[in-house]
This record gives sequence, C-alpha cells and structure tokens, in this order.
Amino acid sequence: MVKSAFKKIYTFLIFLFLYAPIIVLIIFSFNESKSRAHWTGFTFKWYIEMFRDRQIMSSLYYTITIALTASIIATVLGTIAALGIYYMKKTPRTIMINLTYLPVLNPDIVTGISLMLLFILMKFQRGFFSMLIAHITFNLPYVILSVMPKLKQLDNYLYDAALDLGATPTYAFRKVVLPQIAPGIFTGFLLAMTMSIDDFVISFFTTGPGVSNLAITIYSMARKGVSPKINAVLSIMFAGVILMLLIINNRMSRDNGRKENVV
Amino acid sequence: MKKHLMAYPYALWMLIFTIIPLALILVYSVITIDDAGIHFTLDHFRRVFEPIYLAVFWRSIKIATISTIICLILGYPMAMILASKNLSKKSILVVLFVIPMWMNFLARTYAWMTLLERNGLIATIIGYFGIQLPSLLYTENTVILGMVYNFLPFMVLPVYSVLVKIDKAVLEAAEDLGATPFIVFRRVIFPLSLPGVSSGIIMVFMPALTTFVISRLLGGAHFTLIGNLIEQQFLTTMDWGFGSALSVVLMLIIILSMGFAMRYEKENQGGGLW
Amino acid sequence: MHEEIIRLVNVSKSYDGQQVLQNINLGIGRNEFVTLLGPSGCGKTTTLRIIGGFEMADSGDVIFEGKKINNLPPYKRNLNTVFQKYALFTHMNVYENIAFGLRIKKMDKEEIDKKVKEVLNLVNLRGYEKREINSLSGGQQQRIAIARALVNEPQVLLLDEPLGALDLKLRKDMQLELKRIQQRLGITFIYVTHDQEEALTMSDTIVVMKDGKIQQIGTPQDIYNEPVNAFVADFIGESNIIDGVMVEDYYVEFAGRGFKCVDKGFLPNEEVDVVIRPEDIKLVPVEEGMLEGVVESVIFKGVHYEMIINGNGLRWMVHSTMMEPENTRVGMQITPHDIHIMKKVKTE
Repeated sequence: MVKSAFKKIYTFLIFLFLYAPIIVLIIFSFNESKSRAHWTGFTFKWYIEMFRDRQIMSSLYYTITIALTASIIATVLGTIAALGIYYMKKTPRTIMINLTYLPVLNPDIVTGISLMLLFILMKFQRGFFSMLIAHITFNLPYVILSVMPKLKQLDNYLYDAALDLGATPTYAFRKVVLPQIAPGIFTGFLLAMTMSIDDFVISFFTTGPGVSNLAITIYSMARKGVSPKINAVLSIMFAGVILMLLIINNRMSRDNGRKENVV
Repeated sequence: MKKHLMAYPYALWMLIFTIIPLALILVYSVITIDDAGIHFTLDHFRRVFEPIYLAVFWRSIKIATISTIICLILGYPMAMILASKNLSKKSILVVLFVIPMWMNFLARTYAWMTLLERNGLIATIIGYFGIQLPSLLYTENTVILGMVYNFLPFMVLPVYSVLVKIDKAVLEAAEDLGATPFIVFRRVIFPLSLPGVSSGIIMVFMPALTTFVISRLLGGAHFTLIGNLIEQQFLTTMDWGFGSALSVVLMLIIILSMGFAMRYEKENQGGGLW
Repeated sequence: MHEEIIRLVNVSKSYDGQQVLQNINLGIGRNEFVTLLGPSGCGKTTTLRIIGGFEMADSGDVIFEGKKINNLPPYKRNLNTVFQKYALFTHMNVYENIAFGLRIKKMDKEEIDKKVKEVLNLVNLRGYEKREINSLSGGQQQRIAIARALVNEPQVLLLDEPLGALDLKLRKDMQLELKRIQQRLGITFIYVTHDQEEALTMSDTIVVMKDGKIQQIGTPQDIYNEPVNAFVADFIGESNIIDGVMVEDYYVEFAGRGFKCVDKGFLPNEEVDVVIRPEDIKLVPVEEGMLEGVVESVIFKGVHYEMIINGNGLRWMVHSTMMEPENTRVGMQITPHDIHIMKKVKTE
C-alpha cells in the first residue's frame, strides 16, 4: 500500500513537472495584461494580434509550405528508395541503411552548418529552396525507416501469388505490395510533416534573409524577451502537434490491431 | 528486373546533401585560404585546445553529463512505474509522456523562461512569502533544469520500452530460485534494461551536448556552450575553419561517448526508439 | 504408498469473475511423478502456479510438509520451477544461470563450481558453462532450465509444459530423460501437460482436469482402463462413446441390442455413456459377430490399421493389426470387461 502511494505521488510529481510549464504558458496566452504572473482578465487579443502580425503570418506560411512540400517529396523519394534498398543484396543494403541512420544520429547543428557550407560554396541563394532541400534531406530517413519495417513484414509469397494468378509485375505491385506498405508510407509522411514543422536548428542555418519559419521567428522574438503573442503562437502549435499525434497514434494502433489479427 | 536501381536517386541525394557537406566540414577544419591559395594547416585544431575553448568543452560536457544523470535518476523509477501499471491507464500515461517530447523544444524552453524570469510566476509566488529571489534565469542550474525538462522523456521512453518487453516468466524464475524483490531488480531487471538505459543516455546526452538554444535562452547571451561557440563561428565571426574544427571535435566526442554507451547494447534491443 | 508432501485443500481461484479452479483437493506424495493433464484452459497451469507461489488462491489452503504456505512468496518456498518457455536469463551465460540460486544462498565458490558441474553432467551438457543462452538450441535451453532448477536441490520440481516447444523426436527423448532424472534424484515432480501420451509415459499418478475441476486421479493404467466419465475416456486415448441404457446390473443395451457387462450400481434403465476402446473391438466373420457393419475407410497408422466401420447407424473406430478392405461386411465382437459404463456427464 505504501509502495503504491509512493508510485502515485511520484507519477503525479513528474507529470506536474512536465505539464505545469506548458499549461501556465497556455493560460497566460489568454491573459489581458502583459504580466506573466498576475491574472488580470480573459482576452483573445493576443491571438488577434498574432494574426495581424505580418512576420508571424509569413513564417506560418513558410512553415506550412515547406513542411508540406518537403514531406511529399521525401515520401515519394523515400518510398522508392526503401523499395530499392529492400531489393538490394546484403552488403549494399547494410551500407544504405547505415547511411540512412547517419542524419538521424548526426547532431542537428552539424547537419545545419554542413548544409550551409554547401549552399554557400555552390553559390546557391539561401532562402526558400535551400531550406526546402534541407528539410527533404532530414525527412528522407524518417520515411525510409517507416516504410522498411512494412516491407520486411511483407509476405513475399503474396507477390508471387499475384504473378501466379496472372498479374503483371506492375499490376501486382500496385494491387498487392503497395496496399500492404501504405500504412508505413503514410506514417512516414506524417512523421516527416511533424519533424519539418518542429525543426528549428537546421532551418536556422539553411535559410536566408526574409524567409523564416515559425520556430526561427519565435527564437528571435524570445531572444529579445517574452511576449504574450509568443504564448499564443506556441499554444496553437501545441494544439497542432497534439492533433497530429492523435492521427499518427490512431493509425499505428490500427496497424498493430491488424497485425495481431493476422497472428 | 533491376529493382534495386530505385535506391539510386536517394543514394545520389544523400551523397550531395549529407556526405559531401560533412566532407566539407572535414576539409575546412584543416585548411586556410588566403590570397596565395589554399594551405593545409592544423592551426584550427590547435586553437580548439586553447584553455578558453577547452573550458567551454569542459563546461558543455559537465552540464550534459549532470543533466543525463539527473534524467536517469528521475526517469528510471518513472519508467518502472509506467511498465508496472496495468491495462488501459498505462497506455494513456505513456502517451502523456510522449506528447511533450513532440512539442517544439523552443516552446518548452520558452515556457520555463516565462516561469523563471524576474516578474515570472515562480518569483511572484515566492515573493508573497516575503522572500526576494535573485534572478532565477541565466545561471548554470537554469540551463541544467531546461535540459532535464526537455530531455527527460527521451530517457524514460527507451527504458520503458525495454522494461515492458522483459518476459514476466524470467522474473518469476528468479523469484523461484530464491531471489528477493531487491535481488530480482539488481541481478535481472536492471541488467536486462541496460540496452534501454544506454539508448536513453545517448538520446539525452547528445542533444544536451550540442544545443545552443537552451543555453542561449535560459543561460543568457554570455553563457557559452560548444553549440553556441560553433554557431558564433559560422554566423558572427565567420571563421569557418575554426568552426569546422570545433564541429569535428564535437562529432568525435559524440562518437566516443556513443561507443561507450553502446557497449551494453549487444543485441540492439533498445534501438527501436528514435 | 508415497508419504504426502503437498496437499491442496478446497483451492478455488477466479479471474475477472471467471472461475478457473473450483474446490481442488489433491494430495501429492514424496518422490511421486504427478501429471496434471487436461485441455488448455482447464486450470492445470493455474494449479501449478498456486503451488509455486506465483498466484494466490482465492480460498483454500496449500499445505507443504504439514505447514500452510498460502502467503509464502516464491523465493521462500522450497520448490523450483521449469517454465514453459524456459525463462532463462539471456544476459548471463549457462554457468551464471545455473549458479543464480546458489549465489543467493551465499554458497562458496568451490561448492558452486562443483554443483554446477554435477548438474550439467546430469543433463548431459558437460562443458557448456561458458556458452551464451542464445547460442543454444531449444533442447539445450530446456536442459539448462531443468539444471538451473535442480541444482537448488528442491524437494519438489514443478514443470509447466516444459517440452511443448520441442519437436516430436526430441520430446520423446526428453520424456525418458526426465523420468530417469526424477528416479535418480528421488524427488517429487509435478508436471503439467495437455499431451495424454506424455502423461501416460512418464507419470506415477495422473490428475485429469477439465473446467477447473478434477475429473479423475489415478495411475496411468487406471485412467486408461477405467476412465470415470466419457470426457476422461475421450481425452485419454481414442474411444467409441455410445449412448446406452443400463437395463439392470451387469446388462446394458446399446446399438440396438443387449450386452453383458461387468458394471453395476446404476438405476434401472438409467441412460449411460458406453465407452469402448478401438483396440478392444475384434473383427470376426459376419456370422460370428455381435454387431455387424461395412468397412468405410482404412488408414495405416504404422503399427495398426485404423478402420471406421459403419453398422447399426453408428460409426465404430476399430484398431487392428489385420486389415479388412473397404466395403467388406464384417462382424464385431466385444467382451464384457471391455465395455465401460459411465454416468452421463450433465452438460452445462
């Protein structure tokens, strides 16, 4: 009994530590005055101001455009790559998989500055496209690492069975293989979206003047001090991330359910 | 049919945008460029070992290590509680642990900024008791707090995912052989959880060592970690050579510490959580 | 007879309102090889886990050498378990696995060395001390699991379907080996299985369970020859189970005619199950048979033929070393003591 009470208190304290700052942040985004300590009344004015703020709106636009474009390109390229890697012989496959882990394990700051160096040396104008390329680069591994497990689960005989029943390889791929790995592709896409929206460090180094995403804008605002407007932006981002997670989680548990049914 | 050819565009992409850029850093760390052309030099690395920069490395490693240890001490019992809880409530608790991990770390850091600043909530509440605090922001401990807050889930989740996979029968076997609950923990649960602990350590230590945002926002403009130093070289002083040398050393430290932590990860059981 | 070492008194257990054990009463003797046998979900594993201390009974007592051990945790019980999938410690080598229990007892190093060596000899794995668990085959892991338990010299060894994961050939070998080990060490084995052949081969006593209740306790011969009800008869070996009417003592009617039998003590004209083993039906020329029928199918089973004979509207399974071709008319002869009469089990 004592043990279980201890467990409950410990769990409560840890969750308090994790969530209290976020909740306070959200609450004070609705605070009338600029104070971060005294509640002076409820208001939506920081949200309205946020929508009027040109810089915030432009970075919102870039965040979404880049996240969508980068994750679509990464999903297509990554899925094709995953298939290619899957059909490779053992040694090149191991090399490719390790290569795929490289950007995941490499510290963001190194990935960021290395890409920045490349763009500068290639005289590539830093801005929208350089940031897009950077995002595609760090998104690709997440797509591949989501699709690969699905390919491994794939029953090879299914494809053979389709051929046996008279399907052409393309038809068999479209009607048999693709539907089987589709959940992995979609998960990879959502993961890429989330990583892209979330990214600060790599974007920070690869962007150019006039183009910044939300994270960069928040960083430059936060460096100057705190403002309820930032609270408003972060609260909305938080809501967005939760929504995204719910979708991913829902999908994954459905996939798992399906797997269990098969077993 | 040559299906493996499908991997080639990706391989090309990775070559141009991952391998070549990393190679560039390596190259820049050992050259200088002047009017006469490009020369090989080890000056950049020599500079890295000047006391003032060594102090920055030392400080970064120290803070990252302290943060990692605190995360381990706080996180391991939490992972055990999560793994021991049963049924529906468990999955909710785990998801609640995942959510902050997916929240932008700027947001998480900024949240503490507003709490800790001079007119922030914590100072105000303590002020009611008549105690005037010196600034809570811009100290080393604030930076450590920010790191622990940001990275705690990265410790809990890998440990948790290893702990839940431990076969109940193995624990029963230990009990059956006479082990008290404490011995079961020390001789069976803990050794079996080491792969999770080592990935947890990597996942906390690495970002803690390389961050420049947490130190900048919670430690102030003059609080310098390796990350800040590298950022300055590329964005302010434009000393690419020195910046590259710093990056190379940083990568070496990471590879070494990963190798150290991975010793326990024989079967790569904890590797599933990135 | 065996002196008693363990007794379960009125043990009951339920999970989420589902009764898995109902008033189990069972005595187990010293040096006895007892098998708990039954289909999955019959409560045999739960019974074993209650003896091992991994589960607590909702009511009833577990008595070990005359003392109640209801609330004693597993690590304080003087018995050891061989788990279904072995539950070996993968982070330790063979030696460390086996030495685990001895180390806890703070035994000195030489003593441990000696015992580990002995027990490895016993399970025929001499020289395997340094091997990693994952480098062993299923059969070897099985032996290590047994060695790890036995090295503690328990008075009782619990085995939870220990051979379930092995292939047929290996299973047969291990059955003999387990029996040999048990006889040599002279300790009690409580063995859980759903494989009736395994139970018949190894046990001194078989406890047949179904739906959380004990159906029958007896020697393999008793259980095979004198099953108490149709469930036991059907579960232990194959049987022809026919509806019959016990007209009077020593006289039963089934398949449209009367038979002499050796059972008595039923109500006049009580409806009963009649059980006849396939090998107890003799095939004879039509005119000599008590019953007659047509051979419907013949399957060669290695030692004998299994024939299905359709007669009097019933299908009879007959085992015989002599084969009758399909579509032959045959007669069937059954002697009185091969006719087993059982009370009808009330179906829930």
